Amino acid sequence: MRNRKRVGWHRYINGVIISTVVTVLFILIPLYWLIASSLKAPLSVGNSPPSYGPTPFSFANYKNAFVGYDFGIYFRNSIIVTLATTALVLILGTLAGYALGRLPMRGKFTTLVVLLIISVFPAVAVLAPLYLLMRDIGWLNSYQGLILPYTAFNLPFAIWILRNYMLGIPKEMEETGRIDGAGALRTVWTIILPQALPGLFTAGIFCFTACWTEFLMALTFNNSNNFRTIPVGIADFGGNFQVPYGTIFAASVVATVPIGILVFIFRKFVVSGLTSGAVKG
Amino acid sequence: MATVSLQNINKVYENGFHAVKDLSVDIADGEFMVLVGPSGCGKTTALRMIAGLEDITSGILRIDGKEANDETPKERDIAMVFQNYALYPHMTVAENIGFALKLRKLPKDQLNAKVKEAADILGLTDWLDRKPGQLSGGQRQRVAMGRAIVREPSVFLMDEPLSNLDAKLRVQMRAEVQRIQRRIGVATVYVTHDQIEAMTMGDRVTVLRSGVLQQVDTPQNLYDNPDNVFVAAFIGSPAQNLYDAALTEGARSLKLGSQEILLPEAVRTKRPALASYAGKDVVVGMRPEHLPAAKPGETGPTLVGDVNLIEALGSELVVHFTIDAHRVIAEGALDKDEAEAVGAGEGVARVEAKTPVKVGDRMTFAIDIEDMQFFDTQTGLAIRG
Repeated sequence: MRNRKRVGWHRYINGVIISTVVTVLFILIPLYWLIASSLKAPLSVGNSPPSYGPTPFSFANYKNAFVGYDFGIYFRNSIIVTLATTALVLILGTLAGYALGRLPMRGKFTTLVVLLIISVFPAVAVLAPLYLLMRDIGWLNSYQGLILPYTAFNLPFAIWILRNYMLGIPKEMEETGRIDGAGALRTVWTIILPQALPGLFTAGIFCFTACWTEFLMALTFNNSNNFRTIPVGIADFGGNFQVPYGTIFAASVVATVPIGILVFIFRKFVVSGLTSGAVKG
Repeated sequence: MATVSLQNINKVYENGFHAVKDLSVDIADGEFMVLVGPSGCGKTTALRMIAGLEDITSGILRIDGKEANDETPKERDIAMVFQNYALYPHMTVAENIGFALKLRKLPKDQLNAKVKEAADILGLTDWLDRKPGQLSGGQRQRVAMGRAIVREPSVFLMDEPLSNLDAKLRVQMRAEVQRIQRRIGVATVYVTHDQIEAMTMGDRVTVLRSGVLQQVDTPQNLYDNPDNVFVAAFIGSPAQNLYDAALTEGARSLKLGSQEILLPEAVRTKRPALASYAGKDVVVGMRPEHLPAAKPGETGPTLVGDVNLIEALGSELVVHFTIDAHRVIAEGALDKDEAEAVGAGEGVARVEAKTPVKVGDRMTFAIDIEDMQFFDTQTGLAIRG
């Protein structure tokens, strides 16, 4: 077999690098197209042949999303619903994860399996009964009408992540805390939780993303303009005879920003959070 | 400053496992007590019961004379150093050391002064702002010590604190832990499975096996006068040579395989109890250093063995030999690999470095018969009196 050493740029050509580049392009090109198109003048978005850069450059689409449509309201609604859900999921998930991961109790395994089943339950199956329930208790077109089911659907996964993360923390941490004189809550708050932060970030980001992009329930429960979230709001852009692609693109870019920022800040934690507990428990 | 007293302490786990059986030990104020035994002997469980991390099934634990069975770890005023140190990874060295004081709501200036004092004792002053992850194993170990001493507890508990260090550092830290303990003068319970650590560090040593107390004594007494075959085999490195043997009529001599060793009159008068074993089987123990090479024309009792391995340590030779007697292995005294390596009639002798001997030789050892130890075959107890 010939084993000639590749020199110059040739040495960068191998299967791994090529497939990496193809994968990255596969993800980046639509994203680029989204951003570039959002920055074009509204009427030139659909030009043929298309212009590959944002020319002619314009912020008109962004202005239109916020002024022409109520994107500001949708953004606010999404923020409220998502943040409230994430906070609830993290608080409950931390306590449940701690209990399931570190406290001696009966029925842990059963609880975990039930949680897993719930987390893979298709949302569409419970949509109709939930709608009736929400209507009866008057929660249609409200924030809590989304926050509660979102919490229910995201909590199991968060508990699993947090429980796995907590499993990896040595039990001596609590024992040494007890000897030092820390009570149960103090131990969780000052000793365990800081060490579980990566798990918390991971669970938080997953929950945030899921709520931020949820469409089905948001569409079904909240159809008043004042309570619409971003995915539903964007889908309703335009009317019978026109689809304002430029405005939709601009709104989508704005909608992506929070998730982008979150992932960028916490990317290290997310990776470590996902891999921890991989060999234990 | 306090004493610790364990009275008939038992630990039975929910699954029925009886980890500690009727353990009674008294630890004096300022004493360095080592709990030693093979893994699974209940020594860590005993320590955790003293700490309050494990419930006591029955028996009474007293700390400073006061019953402590139902007290929380905090109320017992103890400090514990764990095998893996259990440092808080998100806190700096200073925060780690000061955490317990912070929980006691000590004013900040006092807290800082105490942390600094502890850091001075341990040579950690330059590292106070580091996180544990940035420290070496030895430094982490010292932080763990610092966290314990800063609280000025009445009892120190240490669970194999040196076992994660490499061999050289371990020897160094052994001395350091002792130095700190002497300086602070607090009663200390130190758990280890390493009998060398036990021998070198303890004022007294408690030997446990399968949850049962074997002997409590000073290291030298354990070595010289073990109460039973297990202690005889467990304490000492290389391990003691223990063989099945038979005393002849009148206990005048000892049959060791095909060899007969005369017991001088002096030995028999010193150990009158041997007379009752005349004509019976016994277990004899000979320390490796009590088997020097026989000089030409040796008149005293001797032992002849076939040399199969020689370890030259520079200062001495460790000669491994076999004889045709049955070697006694006390269960659990040696770890598995050691026990497998020890053949039927294996023995070890420590002889002078310049002794002319090579593998395959038939070598004659002089027996230091005064120091020979005798045990009952049935009970395994030392034959005394």
